[in-house]
Amino acid sequence: MVKQLDKVSVRERIAKRAEQEIESGYYVNLGIGMPTMVANYIQEGKQVVLQSENGLLGIGKSPLETEVDPDLINAGKETVTAQRGASCFSNAESFAMIRGEHLDLAILGGMEVSQTGDLANWMIPGKMIKGMGGAMDIVHGAKKIVVIMDHVNKYNEPKILKKCSLPLTGKQVVNRIITDRAVIDVEKNNLVLVEVAEGWTVEEVLASTEAELRISDYLQTGAY
Amino acid sequence: MQMKTIYTSFEEAVKNIQDGSTIMVGGFGLVGIPENLILALVNSRVKHLTVISNNCGVDDWGLGLLLKNKQIDKMIGSYVGENKEFERQVLAGELEVELTPQGTLAERIRAGGAGIPAFYTPAGVGTPIAEAGEIRVFNDKEYLLQTALKADFSLIRAAVGDDAGNLVYNKTARNFNPMMAAAGKVTIAEVEQLVETGSIDPDHVHTPGIYVQAMIEGKQEKRIERLTVRQEI
Repeated sequence: MVKQLDKVSVRERIAKRAEQEIESGYYVNLGIGMPTMVANYIQEGKQVVLQSENGLLGIGKSPLETEVDPDLINAGKETVTAQRGASCFSNAESFAMIRGEHLDLAILGGMEVSQTGDLANWMIPGKMIKGMGGAMDIVHGAKKIVVIMDHVNKYNEPKILKKCSLPLTGKQVVNRIITDRAVIDVEKNNLVLVEVAEGWTVEEVLASTEAELRISDYLQTGAY
Repeated sequence: MQMKTIYTSFEEAVKNIQDGSTIMVGGFGLVGIPENLILALVNSRVKHLTVISNNCGVDDWGLGLLLKNKQIDKMIGSYVGENKEFERQVLAGELEVELTPQGTLAERIRAGGAGIPAFYTPAGVGTPIAEAGEIRVFNDKEYLLQTALKADFSLIRAAVGDDAGNLVYNKTARNFNPMMAAAGKVTIAEVEQLVETGSIDPDHVHTPGIYVQAMIEGKQEKRIERLTVRQEI
């Protein structure tokens, strides 16, 4: 039964669907955590250059034990390799590249997304604030911002809301939301349901979303 | 003529750093940090420092050591989540923190070294960091004013340096180091290898020597925060 997917399979489902956002020839920034997993599903034959905001364009595979270079990490501080044709640069150059809208796509994690495409993903009031890292810059950088997250939180409450309750990372920045249940586009301050995942109905998606959803004329069900 | 001070003792290299100084320290996570200069600061017991660095080390290495010794009064960075002692000191009111988006931090430092007092950026608009900030609209989009950062001392790390102060970095160990080199009144570069002037091709220099006042050669431990490997198939 699809709804009983364990956490790992849910993440895999989201990551695989998110991979479809990446087109051959794209420069892409993947956020820390689940977005980083998307790299594992990039289909063979797609030419993709992954950017790491700490100063690397062209993240390669994880290194073999014998290849580990402590001076070569991704933004999540994991050891990586550089792919053929990669380049290294400073953080100032890296964020100039980001803010200057040279990246085609950024895939980020999310805690909440609002009706108007506001994103909250960096702090929970009352809990220790660890910092925003590069997220506040990246949401203003890439040509397309995709947020991937679970459709509801651990209390089964909606994470796609009329208005975010958590402090924002960026205002009106999200273009598309991909969850374990649906794909939703942000269009002119309106959310449009474009895909429903296998095992879920339109009614179930609507019931687990607080924000208003317009149903696309081209809605696909059982889409992924 | 030797244009730069070349130290042979780390203790000597940091001896002019006084209580209450503002220092920039290069590195992203533990990559590209000036390991021995930080250790020397710990031993110097200098206090009431304002530290500008993307992160604050881990509990037992890098800037985490200065923190543990209560030598830092204020920290300006973008992500401090790797450090438990940091959390304790913030909650106890012993440590002041200024969190800045990473790209804004990099640009504030770059601006500091480049003679730009302030600039507008989209990062942070509509978020808590913009609450007391100045917003201006350009081409129908809102931007937030951010001011430049400078330091009394910048402690940076490079892979190779020559006697003229020219520096070359290795891979992602470059990170914040070049901008900090320019934004420090006094920049001390810890280099893995000190070479004769003339042995770095001018076209391969990452940081021109004009930004560097002093240098010292140091062996790095290069601790890995998150070792991630793939298996050979």
